[in-house]
Formats: sequence, structure tokens, C-alpha cells
Amino acid sequence: MSKVLDEYIRGITTDNPIFGLVLGLCPLLAVTTSVENGIGMAAGAAFVLICSNVIISALRKQIPASVRLPIFIIIIATFVTIVDMSMEAFTPDMYTQLGVFIPLIVVNCIIIGRAEAYANKNNVFYSLIDALGSATGFLLVLVLMGAIREILGTGAIAPFGYTLITVPINPATFMIMPPGAFLTIAILMAIVNYRKAKKLARGG
Amino acid sequence: MVEESLIAVLINGVFVKNFLLIQFLGLCSFVGVTKDLKSATGMSGAVIFVMTMAAVASFGLYTYILVPLKLEFLTLICFIVVIASLVQLVEFVLRKHVTPLYRSLGIFLPLITTNCAVLGVVMLNVMNDYPFVYSVVFAIAAGLGYMVAMLMMASIRERAEYVNVPGAIQGLPHAFLVATMLSMAFVNYFKVIPV
Repeated sequence: MSKVLDEYIRGITTDNPIFGLVLGLCPLLAVTTSVENGIGMAAGAAFVLICSNVIISALRKQIPASVRLPIFIIIIATFVTIVDMSMEAFTPDMYTQLGVFIPLIVVNCIIIGRAEAYANKNNVFYSLIDALGSATGFLLVLVLMGAIREILGTGAIAPFGYTLITVPINPATFMIMPPGAFLTIAILMAIVNYRKAKKLARGG
Repeated sequence: MVEESLIAVLINGVFVKNFLLIQFLGLCSFVGVTKDLKSATGMSGAVIFVMTMAAVASFGLYTYILVPLKLEFLTLICFIVVIASLVQLVEFVLRKHVTPLYRSLGIFLPLITTNCAVLGVVMLNVMNDYPFVYSVVFAIAAGLGYMVAMLMMASIRERAEYVNVPGAIQGLPHAFLVATMLSMAFVNYFKVIPV
């Protein structure tokens, strides 16, 4: 049981897609203008990640090693097409907001990275847990960045029409414009580096 | 079908909607390959080349095969395969016939298959319903915009090697702070050129 939990937590902490492995930066910076978009993007990526990890893990003995990457990409592209069409049909507003970044899930390095590094070598159950962990890690970072940028940029967090928090500040539109994304990720990464350095200095 | 003029598509692609700094497409190479100017130049050259080829190939595939056969739902899968095989093909042809170019671009070509900027261009062409000339011009503009941002970033980072940066900001955070400044400059084009 503890191994299952470890595998799950690993995706959020040491192997966190953004801060640990530095993968999947494009969607992270582009869609986090609000918490709502962040959740939508993370949900799409999570579906693709979980399904493709399970399928690839189930087929890992049949896939010849020399052509494995094209096969992974085709499997991933299939699930991205499913997400793309479902979002267009059921959540059209979100679909227009996220735009080209839905089809671009297919070249998101997180998914092919997990397929190559984990699902290709482990059984179906652990691959599922690994995918869940990475998906949660990605979701948390997207929501965190969305929250920071939305609260500083508009003065409130209001996902899906529910206003959660309002802060009486003068909104800085800068934060929801492209440079705000770069600034937020720079500061977050600096904080993570600082924490890591302190941990090392204390002796692990 | 498309109201914009060709020149507007070109300017938009290079400056107003710069692929790296405004639309965040292709960021992996933006922080990964900009440590020195030489590799940034090589990578940008390879991207412009593959982007233009991919726009031509994907336009033909989409208009003459996928649409007549009503297979639009396969667009994404087909484009990915087209880009991957195109990169391979370009690599073979360059290695055989244009050896000097291959020596300078060769190692960057495999990186391009998973570069979201290339897939982004062909998907945006389809989403915007661009006709053939527009698709190609848009691809070239996007490639030039990519090159402008890459070269600026690489020259700044080359000089930043000699700067004493605090420990926690070294590496990626520093690169992103530089990107913030560059992006701030590009955002102002929104005001200069009404879209």
C-alpha cells in the first residue's frame, strides 16, 4: 500500500512535471490567465495522460522498441482528438478560450515523457497511479499560477461563475498579459530553488 | 474568406502575436537552446525551414485529402505524422545533398518534431481557414518571429554569463526574468498596430 502512495506523491513532489522535470511549460504559461482555464487545461491533459499511460502500459510487451515513439504519439493523438471533440461539444466557451492549446496537448512533453519513462516499463496499475500523480501535480501548479495571476490581475478569483475571493486592490492588468506569466513562473521557480538549496544545506 | 492583408499577417506573425513571447508556443527550445548565440541561430534556421515545409505539406493534405474524404477528425493525427516524417525526410535530403547546412542544422532537427511551434502553425492555419498563400506567409512570419525572439534571448543570456546572479535565481528563473522584459517590449505592439 505504501508503495502505491509513494508513487502517487512522487508525481506531485520530486517528479512534479513543472518544477521537478520542467516539462509542459507552453500550456502552463499560456492558459493560466484564470483559475477556470487552468482547471480546464489540466482536466484535458489529465484525461489524455491517464488513458495513454494505461494503454501504453498494457501494450508495452507488444510495441517493438525501435518504433515505440511514433506508436506512443499516435495513441496520444487519438485521446487528444477525443478531448478536443468533447470539449468543443460540451464546453464551447472553454474551447474558444483554450484555442490551439487543446490540440497541442499532443506535443506536451509531460505525456510522452511519462509514457517513455514509466508506462513503458511498469504494469498497468502502477502506470495508472503514476499518471494520476503527475496529473495532480500539473493541476496544482496550473491552479496556483492561475490563482496568483487572476487575483493580482483582476482582484478576484471567480472560477465557473462563483466568486470565491475578492481582494480590494487596484488590479494590475500586467499580470494577466503575457509578461505576467513569465514573471510569475520566474518567481515561483526561484522560490522552489531557494527551498531546495536550504534543504540541501540542512543535509537533505 | 480572410479580411486581413498579407502584410498584416506577416507583421502580426513576427511582432504582434510573436510565437514565443506572446503566444507561448515552443518554450522548451526557448529556454533550452538559447545558452549561446550559435545554437540559437541554428535552431531558428531549422524551425523556419521545417515550419514552411510543414505548412505547404499540411495544406495539401488537408485540402485535397482530408476534406474531400470527410476525414477532418483525423487532422491532428495526420499532421503529427506529416511533421515527424517531414523532419526525417529533410534530415536525409540535407545530409545527402547539402552537407554544410546539415552540419549546422543537423542536431536540431530531431528536436523540432516535438516543438509545439511547428504543430501550432499548421493547426492555426486550419483554424483560421487560411488559403494557400496565407498559410505559407503565416508560417514564414511565425518562423521569423521565433528567430527574432531566440536571437534576442540568446544574446542577452550570453552576456548574462558574466553577471553575478543570486543563487536561487540562477538558471531557469533568470531566463524567465529576461523573457519577462522581452515580452513587455513585445506587448506594446498591441497598441502600435491595432489588430
